[in-house]
Amino acid sequence: MTTATQIPAFADRRSGGGPRAVLRHSLAIARRNLVQVRNDPGQLLDATLMPMVFTLIFVYVFGGAIATDQHTYLQYLMPGIMVQTLAFASRASGIGLSVDFGNGLMDRFRSLPIGRSAVLTGRVLADLCRLALGQLVMLTFAMVIGFRVQTGPLEVLAALGLLVLYGFALCWVSAYIGLAVRSPQTVQTVGFLWTIPLQFGSSMFVPTATMPPWLRAFSSINPTTLVTDTSRALLNGGAYGVSLLGALGWVAGLLVVFIPLSVWQYRRRT
Amino acid sequence: MIKAEGLLKRFGRATAVDGVDLVVPTGTVLGLLGPNGAGKTTTVRMLTTLLRPDGGRASVHGHDVVRDADQVRRVIGLTGQYATVDEGISGRENLYLIGRLLDLSRRGAWQRADQMLERFDLVAAAGRQVRTYSGGMRRRLDLAASLVGEPSVLFLDEPTTGLDPRSRNGLWDEVRSLVAGGATVLLTTQYMEEAEALADEVVVIDGGRVVAGGPTEQLRARVGGQVLHVRPVCDRDLAAVAQLLGGVVDGDHVRLPLTDSTALTRALWLLSRSGLGIASVDTKVPSLDEVFLTLTGRTS
Repeated sequence: MTTATQIPAFADRRSGGGPRAVLRHSLAIARRNLVQVRNDPGQLLDATLMPMVFTLIFVYVFGGAIATDQHTYLQYLMPGIMVQTLAFASRASGIGLSVDFGNGLMDRFRSLPIGRSAVLTGRVLADLCRLALGQLVMLTFAMVIGFRVQTGPLEVLAALGLLVLYGFALCWVSAYIGLAVRSPQTVQTVGFLWTIPLQFGSSMFVPTATMPPWLRAFSSINPTTLVTDTSRALLNGGAYGVSLLGALGWVAGLLVVFIPLSVWQYRRRT
Repeated sequence: MIKAEGLLKRFGRATAVDGVDLVVPTGTVLGLLGPNGAGKTTTVRMLTTLLRPDGGRASVHGHDVVRDADQVRRVIGLTGQYATVDEGISGRENLYLIGRLLDLSRRGAWQRADQMLERFDLVAAAGRQVRTYSGGMRRRLDLAASLVGEPSVLFLDEPTTGLDPRSRNGLWDEVRSLVAGGATVLLTTQYMEEAEALADEVVVIDGGRVVAGGPTEQLRARVGGQVLHVRPVCDRDLAAVAQLLGGVVDGDHVRLPLTDSTALTRALWLLSRSGLGIASVDTKVPSLDEVFLTLTGRTS
């Protein structure tokens, strides 16, 4: 260690707080999380390889039994798998926050004069990039194994937009779990558990017509069904007006509830 | 200046910090001394706005740690008990992140990161992920991260726990140079040697309460000041030495309490003029360990 020399790097320090500062701080944290992913690309597996494995299992193991042939089922399944990809990948928000708390890094952030929401927003922004990348990878993968878009590029963009938006909402739910539950292991489990009924009690893998009435009722208001049906219609053709409204309603609802809840939990946690 | 009055923190039924008062004047170092579980870290966490006190109040440079938390965060640096840096990114990226969070421009933050890497001898490892760093390197990076914002008040929570002597000395030198530059430092430690090496004043806490406080020397004096032990070559000279110095014979040596700053030189001057054969001259200083034992009734 050499002796301290005072260097005037702070001459260019920007002043002023407000929303611009929060945005700047959020982007700095998002960058850090993305650099982490660059250093450890294994962090992308949950958003890419895992759903690919699920696709192959569902198409080639169950596909023939569920639908008339595997190709028909692939057309049906793929939009659902893309929603499942969101559920897998969004878990990283909560796990990441929990790990940051566990190793004391949060103490460093919290001892700095930055907005309370910046750490959370930064985390979710980085995960949003992972989600978007995962969606592109999955769509490409689907096309490689025989999926064909039946509509135009605008519909594809709209579907991707809705999917990423829903993923954004799921990230905030995940963030809340990561902050409310203490140990990273439990965060993993809880973050996985709550998505199970939403995934299987939906039109994600199979049409809901054969389900008992109570499950059909649950499925019809389940956001997974609404997002899946909308994406399906946008990619395969068909009507999506009602399910799109329902899906957007859910996204708005989740954001309105879980952003303030997460920020509150973040402030509270010691 | 750091000031705490009647600081109180409960966790459930347990009272971790039970009315701690302390003052650290600007430009000085306070050593917060105590065994594990004494409430040192909890006190630091309250002073650094990480934990809300249940009672009492505290301020840093006049900013209340609860009401003006953001003002406090602008002037403090914190180095926790464990290196609080991101293991998954490089040392340079860690420092850049802190610079950005402290509102440096992109260019400024990179410059600052490189300056800190040089200052803390981490240039060679700058681009490597922190998970490959040794314990000493992590601590250095952690301290560097605390200093990116040039804080005028620095909190060091057991900064040298687990460090080898060389890294420890390096960190001490760094703290001394910061204080020479006008920084105010609050340092928690379990090591008496560390408090003696760095602190102007010491506050000893145990079970969440302050059990003693004051300048390091004064605290030592409560257990007894320095004592001179003189052993003549021949035992038959013991009485002569005792008479010459005005001390008392104790076994094979003569004991003489050193009551003022000139007592030692006066004794040596008398001994050298007397022509008596002297085998050894020792000054015995009660260590802060002994002080601690006396004050809390148990060893640290």
